[in-house]
Amino acid sequence: MTRLMKHRLFWPVFSLLALIVINTIARPQFIKITMRDGEFYGALIDILRNCAPLMLVALGMTLVIATRGIDLSVGAVMAVSGAVTLTIIDGSSSPGSTSTVLVAILAGIGVSLVLGLWNGFLVAVLDIQPIIATLVLMLAGRGVALLITDGFITTVNSEPLNFVATGYLFALPFALFIWLAAAAAIAIVERRTALGVLTEAVGINPEASRLAGVRSRGIILGAYVASGTLAGIAGIIYSSNIRAADANAAGDLIELYAILAVVLGGTSLMGGKFTIAGTVIGVLIIQTLDSTILFLGVSSAQSPVFFAIVVVIVVLIQSPRVHQWGRALTGGFRTRPGTEVRNDAEVTA
Amino acid sequence: MHAETEVAPLVEMRGITIQFPGVLALDHVDFCLRAGEVHSIMGENGAGKSTLIKALTGVYSIDSGTILVGGEERVFGSTADAQAAGISTVYQEVNLCTNLSVGENVMLGHEPRNLRGIDWRATHREAARYLADLGVHLDTHTLLSSHSIAIQQLVAISRAMVLDSRVLILDEPTSSLDRDEVDQLFAVVRDLRAKGVAIIFISHFLDQVYEISDRITVLRNGQLVGEYCAQDLPRADLVTKMIGKVLEELDDIATSAERTIDRSAAPLLRATGIGKRGVLSPADLDVYDGEVVGIAGLLGSGRTELVRLVYGADRADAGHFELHGEPAKLTSPRHAIDHRIAFSSENRREEGIIADLTVGENIALGIQARRGWLRKLRGAEYDAVVAEYIAALGVRPADPNRLAGTLSGGNQQKVLLARWLATAPELIILDEPTRGIDVGAKADIQRKVAELSHQGLSVIFISSELEEVLRLAQRVVVMRDRHQIGVLDSSDVDVDGLIDYMANQGDAQSEGSVA
Repeated sequence: MTRLMKHRLFWPVFSLLALIVINTIARPQFIKITMRDGEFYGALIDILRNCAPLMLVALGMTLVIATRGIDLSVGAVMAVSGAVTLTIIDGSSSPGSTSTVLVAILAGIGVSLVLGLWNGFLVAVLDIQPIIATLVLMLAGRGVALLITDGFITTVNSEPLNFVATGYLFALPFALFIWLAAAAAIAIVERRTALGVLTEAVGINPEASRLAGVRSRGIILGAYVASGTLAGIAGIIYSSNIRAADANAAGDLIELYAILAVVLGGTSLMGGKFTIAGTVIGVLIIQTLDSTILFLGVSSAQSPVFFAIVVVIVVLIQSPRVHQWGRALTGGFRTRPGTEVRNDAEVTA
Repeated sequence: MHAETEVAPLVEMRGITIQFPGVLALDHVDFCLRAGEVHSIMGENGAGKSTLIKALTGVYSIDSGTILVGGEERVFGSTADAQAAGISTVYQEVNLCTNLSVGENVMLGHEPRNLRGIDWRATHREAARYLADLGVHLDTHTLLSSHSIAIQQLVAISRAMVLDSRVLILDEPTSSLDRDEVDQLFAVVRDLRAKGVAIIFISHFLDQVYEISDRITVLRNGQLVGEYCAQDLPRADLVTKMIGKVLEELDDIATSAERTIDRSAAPLLRATGIGKRGVLSPADLDVYDGEVVGIAGLLGSGRTELVRLVYGADRADAGHFELHGEPAKLTSPRHAIDHRIAFSSENRREEGIIADLTVGENIALGIQARRGWLRKLRGAEYDAVVAEYIAALGVRPADPNRLAGTLSGGNQQKVLLARWLATAPELIILDEPTRGIDVGAKADIQRKVAELSHQGLSVIFISSELEEVLRLAQRVVVMRDRHQIGVLDSSDVDVDGLIDYMANQGDAQSEGSVA
């Protein structure tokens, strides 16, 4: 049991399960999954479907944070990619054709990739601090999206586009497969190749990595490109869900939720060691919480405060310091030497 | 001397035991510190010196044993507890806020206040006074990072003075200081001793230990070997007690310097007139196959600057390079690595080890960087490389899955050396590879350098310890004040001669190269 508790994903998973249990106790049908017309329905299925945009953004954010960076522009990139994709579909003569939609989606993703490249260029080549470099696009991006849509909310009714967010494949939501594929692809690329360990090296000690011959510039650039591209896909899913390109609402504040998800999953904002599985759990915690608010019928005026309180509780559950206090209260009050926290204490001596 | 036994102990540690996972770091160690003495703790890396200090300063909690300060039993739960009891530490690697001013660093948390909050003028005035006590005179408004490591170290020491401590622990305080600065520090230490402060001194420089210590406690493998009066303990005995065997190994290495090098072919590396404005006046450097070239000079003489230009860590703005007689571009570490040049920085913590990666990952990093991210070294191949180099360099503990940051300095150095040797370089640049590490690890590293050069590897070797340079190198490049002042054959010169040369020779040449 104690070995299990030491696993770095123990507390994130614990928090997620706790949320699910509390919901189920409050309203037992929360846990219920029904089969209708060969498709699964239920609150849990909704969570797996609705978390897709945040999941994609948070996966990219994980890579950026691992390099000691941050990407504030993801929400704006979502707006741009949604605007590009829907404007192309809207302007085409056959908005319902699958090939039109595919071209439009590829164009949206392509533009997002270029925006990610721009962020990476500012950070890796021009050496601008990540928070400033990505702030540029965060502020300008929505303006660009508004330019593309002429300041309107472009609405589109296209069957293939609707499928992206609301369609079903093998009895499960299609959006679930998108984020599962993205998470699996990233985990495989990072761990089967040396990209993961080189990214961590750059994040932990950039100068030592440079002197060891690691091409840190390329690695950092790649992280921002991945983040931009994933945000672009997220933007298309978002637009598909509301069947419109809304330059102001798309991905609003998502950069902050994504950072929260990464941290809840156990990746440090200081860079270095990162965990893809942790981020997946972190996003599921946030999305479950979001559903909880709907499910329990918390009024919209109260929901931000409710959300904040639960987040504080989840963060406290995961805090090593709180664990120490917990052990002290339960009698085992001697702390082990040699933990990270204690080594940092030298600095003040 | 002030170390009469009748003085009541200020600090008494009895039967201190600390158990780390898998290691008994301290095994019933006693330690006794009296007011008005300088007490050195000696031992190899891993002997338990740092652990003992950390027990005393509240960084680690002890598993058993008692700590008495001024006759009262104390339990330190944190460094703040220890500081409140009057115990302050100045660490080996400067632990200050480099982005704050000198004055802010010195007075941090003890700033004089007036009605409007912190009185900055008084703060800087006070800071200047504390620094002046150390003989340091500088503008306290300047950023700490704009000063040399030597000055930063003195700032760290004056910060401890601000805390007005009864016990001052100096953990490798002199490893970054030149001779004048050491003298300055020792003057302050003697002054504090006369005022009744108890000082724990930890250093790998035996000369300095004997120069300043009243008493010496020796640890080995987490156990107490004994406590001795410094003047009653001959140096050879001290070394024997520290390593548990007589150290004759270093003498075997002496043969390396006398080896003759074939200089008929084009040199592996020829640097002509390389320099960088404001950093280094143009210098020349030749390294032949299998040759060890030493670079001698004080800290800040330009020795590190020279090799950083060769490696491309900094970009030279003058001069050119030839490799095996062919012109070559060396403007980034990648170029250097592609040409099979490796560089181990003097700044192990900042520029060498990736502390949160494992020993194995650190060793494999050099190879991995060469191979690129797509071709991951893994499975049996990874295990074989890591195991081979852990064994070849005697890294301890020999656990590839341990975080590199938890190793002692000497073992981190071995990991770095392993990282570079694993890439099979033709030329390896070692900047202060033996700084701040124990006698045994020093001998290991020197022996490895000698052995590798016998096998044809070329080495550029920088060390503050001139014996080391002369023992290993066939030729010695001498630097002073960021100028190259000459190149000597190491068989023509001894340590005293080299010091004299560094201090007095070559004025004409250095004048010449400025122009």
